[in-house]
Amino acid sequence: MAAKLQDTTATTTIREITFGQAIKEALAEEMRRDPTVFIIGEDVAEAGTPFKVLSGLVKEFGTQRVIDSPISEAGIAGIGVGAAMTGMRPVVDIMFGDFITLTMDQLVNQAAKIHYMSGGKLKVPMVLRTTLGASRRSAAQHSQSLHAWASHIPGLKVVVPSTPYDAKGLLKSAIRDDNPVVFFEDKMMYQLKGPVPAEEYTISLGVADVKRVGSDITFVATSSMVHVALAAAETLSGSGVSVEVVDVRTTAPLDKQTIVDSVKKTSRAIVIDEGYERYGVTAEIASVIADGAFYYLDAPVKRMGAMDVPVPFSPVLEDQTVPTPEAVAEMAKMLCNKQ
Amino acid sequence: MPRTSKNRTKPQKQKQSAITKDERWLHFYRQMLKIRLFEEEVNQLYLGASMPGLAHLYIGQEAVAVGVCEALRQEDYITSTHRGHGHCLAKGASLDKMFAELLGKAAGYCRGKGGSMHIADQETGNLGANAIVGGSAGIATGAAMSIKMRGSDQVAVCFFGDGALGQGLLYETMNMASLWKLPVIYVCENNQYNEYTHFSETTAGEVTPRAAAFGIHTESVDGQDVRTVHATAQKLAERARRGDGPAFLECLTYRFHGHHVGDIDRTYYRSKKEEEEWKSQRDPVKLLANWLEKNKLADGKLFQRIENEIATEIKDAVNFALNAPYPQAEEVDQDVYA
Repeated sequence: MAAKLQDTTATTTIREITFGQAIKEALAEEMRRDPTVFIIGEDVAEAGTPFKVLSGLVKEFGTQRVIDSPISEAGIAGIGVGAAMTGMRPVVDIMFGDFITLTMDQLVNQAAKIHYMSGGKLKVPMVLRTTLGASRRSAAQHSQSLHAWASHIPGLKVVVPSTPYDAKGLLKSAIRDDNPVVFFEDKMMYQLKGPVPAEEYTISLGVADVKRVGSDITFVATSSMVHVALAAAETLSGSGVSVEVVDVRTTAPLDKQTIVDSVKKTSRAIVIDEGYERYGVTAEIASVIADGAFYYLDAPVKRMGAMDVPVPFSPVLEDQTVPTPEAVAEMAKMLCNKQ
Repeated sequence: MPRTSKNRTKPQKQKQSAITKDERWLHFYRQMLKIRLFEEEVNQLYLGASMPGLAHLYIGQEAVAVGVCEALRQEDYITSTHRGHGHCLAKGASLDKMFAELLGKAAGYCRGKGGSMHIADQETGNLGANAIVGGSAGIATGAAMSIKMRGSDQVAVCFFGDGALGQGLLYETMNMASLWKLPVIYVCENNQYNEYTHFSETTAGEVTPRAAAFGIHTESVDGQDVRTVHATAQKLAERARRGDGPAFLECLTYRFHGHHVGDIDRTYYRSKKEEEEWKSQRDPVKLLANWLEKNKLADGKLFQRIENEIATEIKDAVNFALNAPYPQAEEVDQDVYA
């Protein structure tokens, strides 16, 4: 897919880098730019995280700014909140998205509410980076996509990037944002390559991106599922179905306008997300479509999320739990009466 | 009352310095009495149905907030608890904005959005009261981390009760504070009751050795004796400023009222005799008054004058708050995001 450079001003030198490299570049650039930015988390320094995303940062910035913490998710989230309230811009690294459950009080009751509860006086400019995504054969406690949890809470912003380009630009904005931002990275995507300008750029939070233009049906997708949507769209083009793919990029704030505009044009929609389908991101977005484009719809809005089961270990079982391009294409054909 | 090291005047003569010190104890008395009368007024407002929600009164524990906060500078940080009015006032909050917040008025510290359990005041370094027991251990420790990273000589004080000893966050953050020698003082106000349960039923083993196990310097003091609390807090604050790391200060104290203003019948968890003993023999305000009288630093007349002055201040502040407007309806979704 072509990199969209809408937020980039100058002419650019495009390189192919991985999603992981894009994350690291964003962090390094922001740490150079602003001495108050620091990283704290488990095995973030010399180890560079188990995913090696941060490898090398400690060499440039030292252990005072790339801080290895004990295995204390609640504690480091809380320390992040306090540091953010008092002049720093911490980036808290929570290794697996499943572990944000351990940070919930600090995230939900503290970070998200402090600005409001203080009548707008105190601010929490903190980023909490974590992962999402199944299919790594890691079983039920290392495979969940819990971004709906954070998206539910007023006061938090939530980013779910799908490409190296988006990841870098969005992370830079997240670090500069004066609010707590939860940044979910699909751990299966760290090696994914994509075009990224060498020059500085940022991407605003709350702006969706049309990743593919089409006319028959809209796939609204997040993070990992953008690639599933794009693969399904490619297959469907062979069957004469023209698909528009909207990547929401941030679930909070949610760019409702872009989603609704697309569905008004195509009249059909499938919402695809790797979180549990029940009470999930897909439900919220489907409701946005129903509210905003009801009279334009030619078919019911369909939702495809992770199966409502704990993520199983066995590959045979795990592979059933996440939407696939085949399943999405099948559903699209049904909605477009192409079966 | 800002008191930074920069503007603190050096004692010129021994005598002058002694007078200053005496005046200081009177100031302590005034601060403690202000908290006491403030809380009594809060109780009245609640009983008179003028105050929405809940209030957790600080009466009985005044020596802790005043003793500790008087060892701090304006720019030092505190985090407070659901029983936090005393901490806010001791750190320098003004009565009118406090009452206004308690009544949900726009002129309150948080524009009426926080209420009794969430008063925060950036100007006095108050990072906020917290209605999650132990919930501010991370914030205070993070503030201490920020202090260290910024190369400042501030300190952060985390106030919490014996109930917070049951929360894991406290131990996670004490571990990190000790590892990284952060300038934070964990002040455990052991008022003996986790809500309606005596702390001995919830707290195994001992209290200060828990912090000592992390290599944290610990002290346990009579929390009703403001002079002892203060001397110890002063020492711990200086330690922290020097870069000697965190400390844990247990203050043994007592909550004269119930867990909250509506907790009237308390006999099922503690006896009236016990309450009477504390009130008659261990009242921190009376204890300081007795000491001041014994040392001829004050007499009944002076105490009465101070009380009258504070009562007037409180009356004015309450009237201000009662007459202040509520927030505009459209403020409801303001300040969700910065």
